[in-house]
Amino acid sequence: MTLRASRFAPTCLASLIAAFAFSSAQADEVQVAVAANFTAPIQAIATEFEKDTGHKLVTSFGATGQFYTQIKNGAPFEVFLSADDTTPKKLETEGDTVKGSRFTYAIGTLALWSAKEGYVDAKGKVLSDTRYQHLSIANPKTAPYGLAATQVLAKLGLTDKVKAKIVEGQNITQAYQFVSTGNAELGFVALSQIYKDGKVTGGSAWIVPAQMHDPIKQDAVILNKGKDNPAAKALVDYLKGPKAAAVIKSYGYQL
Amino acid sequence: MIHMRLKLKYSGFALDVDLQLPGRGVTALYGHSGSGKTTCLRCIAGLERAEQGFIQVNDEIWQDSDQQVFVPPHKRALGYVFQEASLFPHLSVLANLEFGLKRIPKQQRRVDMTHATELLGIGHLLDRHPQHLSGGERQRVGIARALLTSPKLLLMDEPLAALDSQRKGEILPYLQRLHDELDIPVLYVSHSQDEVARLADHIVLLSNGKALASGPIGETLARLDLPLALGDDAGVVIEGHVSAYDPDYQLLTLQLPGTALSIRVTHTPMDTGQALRCKVQARDVSLSLHGVEQSSILNRLPVTVISEMGADNAAHVLIRLDAAGTPLLARITRYSRDQLSVHPGQQLWAQIKAVAVLA
Amino acid sequence: MPLSSADFSAIWLTLKLASLTTVILLIIGTPIALWLSRTRSWLRGPVGAIVALPLVLPPTVIGFYLLLALGPNGYIGQLTQSLGLGTLTFSFAGLVIGSVLYSMPFVVQPLQNAFSAIGTRPLEVAATLRANPWDTFFSVILPLARPGFITAAILGFAHTVGEFGVVLMIGGNIPDKTRVVSVQIYDHVEAMEYAQAHWLAGAMLVFSFAVLLALYSSRKTKAGWS
Repeated sequence: MTLRASRFAPTCLASLIAAFAFSSAQADEVQVAVAANFTAPIQAIATEFEKDTGHKLVTSFGATGQFYTQIKNGAPFEVFLSADDTTPKKLETEGDTVKGSRFTYAIGTLALWSAKEGYVDAKGKVLSDTRYQHLSIANPKTAPYGLAATQVLAKLGLTDKVKAKIVEGQNITQAYQFVSTGNAELGFVALSQIYKDGKVTGGSAWIVPAQMHDPIKQDAVILNKGKDNPAAKALVDYLKGPKAAAVIKSYGYQL
Repeated sequence: MIHMRLKLKYSGFALDVDLQLPGRGVTALYGHSGSGKTTCLRCIAGLERAEQGFIQVNDEIWQDSDQQVFVPPHKRALGYVFQEASLFPHLSVLANLEFGLKRIPKQQRRVDMTHATELLGIGHLLDRHPQHLSGGERQRVGIARALLTSPKLLLMDEPLAALDSQRKGEILPYLQRLHDELDIPVLYVSHSQDEVARLADHIVLLSNGKALASGPIGETLARLDLPLALGDDAGVVIEGHVSAYDPDYQLLTLQLPGTALSIRVTHTPMDTGQALRCKVQARDVSLSLHGVEQSSILNRLPVTVISEMGADNAAHVLIRLDAAGTPLLARITRYSRDQLSVHPGQQLWAQIKAVAVLA
Repeated sequence: MPLSSADFSAIWLTLKLASLTTVILLIIGTPIALWLSRTRSWLRGPVGAIVALPLVLPPTVIGFYLLLALGPNGYIGQLTQSLGLGTLTFSFAGLVIGSVLYSMPFVVQPLQNAFSAIGTRPLEVAATLRANPWDTFFSVILPLARPGFITAAILGFAHTVGEFGVVLMIGGNIPDKTRVVSVQIYDHVEAMEYAQAHWLAGAMLVFSFAVLLALYSSRKTKAGWS
């Protein structure tokens, strides 16, 4: 380095450090694991969140069971938006979460949906018609929407009748995929997947009344890794706030 | 008769031949590598397809491109011996031999297993596998295998080229026996003048995809207008028969065809009447105006000078002679030619210093 | 026994799928491999590349496009529907199709290499010994390519046993029809039934190792062409 440049070096270095410190003081990143069914709403919320707080969301979408395994094995997630309430409860009991941070961020609504217009009637009678070949649901062992679907079928007394027609998606997204590609004529999906701005986006659907199954309470929690991240706290607060609530409702969730 | 009209083109090579070959005996396709001799053979076999081709073997037409006729190789009654025996490694020698034999109907089989194995001396090898045979043994099995298809035509593609001289020496007698004992016409590709001299009755000289000459062996080898005559081993092949044998001096008298003239050579005993082929090289023949009586040179023949041509170096010339119907070549210095004023029609005496018996 | 009857069903289904896929691939892969090894047509490159695609494409990609193609709006789906067969998604037949596509390079490439290694000379020899092309195939090519066939069969079989992504996309997780071992293990993990997952996975590990051991121990040094 020349003599001239070397005089500037310490100043440059100091500015750089200050800039980093400055930016981290102002805008943090938070790693969020999000249940597949909440994909669309969280993306809408993320834009508003970043505008309002300056913090950035780094989201991963997937199956709740998978996230549990990953979290237990050291995944870098800081906030967890689950598709159920049992998994966050489990993590809490096992000491992997920040105490008291758990809350229900949405209550899921089940919908019976077909990609074909006019296929599913508003009361869901098409289910008992059994003219269809394949009924898609999420794996009831691992996805709360799948479990709810089986509860609805039991309530309607159709469990045995439709047993042979059931195809299971590994998660609610895959259950949706089977129906959207037409491979299954109809299926139980999350309302949020087919609902936007107050109406069903395509095909035909029966919005399943909430009393036909156990409530699909979706809980969120701050994980140990996000303990000291201000962005994590900010996100949780935001989700409880009115702006987020409006978005969530518009996707067909209850609160 | 074998009729062969072939036109073929690769990048950098073009074959264009029109030949009538005898339907009997051994015909050699002779030339340097790249001359097209193997391509010719493969076309006759159907392994390659000339763009324009007409192939007729005795009374069967194997290809006629004008009539869109092309008989696939497996339907041609031929036997093919490849340069490297190419025995099937997954089969024993016996199974290899039986491969072709099994596939021709019983009534068409004219060569049987005993005959073939005895002819090629491979009876003791039947249980072995090809990887446990020597190069010479493999080649003999390959020849027997081809014979066992009772072919109407036997094609041999430089069968001795991949062998060292000792193995070659082992197999040549077998090939000569083939020639003598079987009635199957043979097309023999080779670049060895020695092999050709020993085995061929008819020779085709190929160069750059063209046939420069096609004719009986004795006559063609003696032609001065062909590159055959160039080179150190220019010479003639003489086919005669044994007229006498002197056991005391171990001297054999070979009578030249169609004449009372004969030449003598030391040899193991042979019966009179037996056919014998020998080679006389040009450099072993000297000329004189008068017969030299008292000389250690055994053979002196009265000859007529036919023509003359330059030899492989500037100091020598080649003279073509005629010994009562048998062609001879003599290589002499230009000095001697001038001294004797050698000219066509002249009567001279030829002294033959060495005769190489071929069979 | 730590393996449930559902686990055994999954194993049996997987073995059926792998066997059927291997047999189909040997039958259709042989002419493809023969052609690839001998042709001089310009199509050789493209066809070879297409056959090799499953080597590099993520199985979920293959599975996803199969999901579309087998569905009522896809090429295959429309064909099967017009033949009265319905759609093949969620069916064993659909899995077979997926497995055949997914494992094809693992069968075709060893076969192709084996055929190439034979070269043209043995075929010419056979022709001069009166063998027509079919005869030559069965009496010369097949025996000489035997090691290649064994490798192809074992690789095709083992690869299909391990298939996951494709099945996941088009299977629908139906017991005895599409719930293969790999999906079963995944399910156990998802449902946190770790003990069962360990046992099933362990069984598959032992099986795979045994298969590969058999393959690598039985390789004889090939006799040279003489």
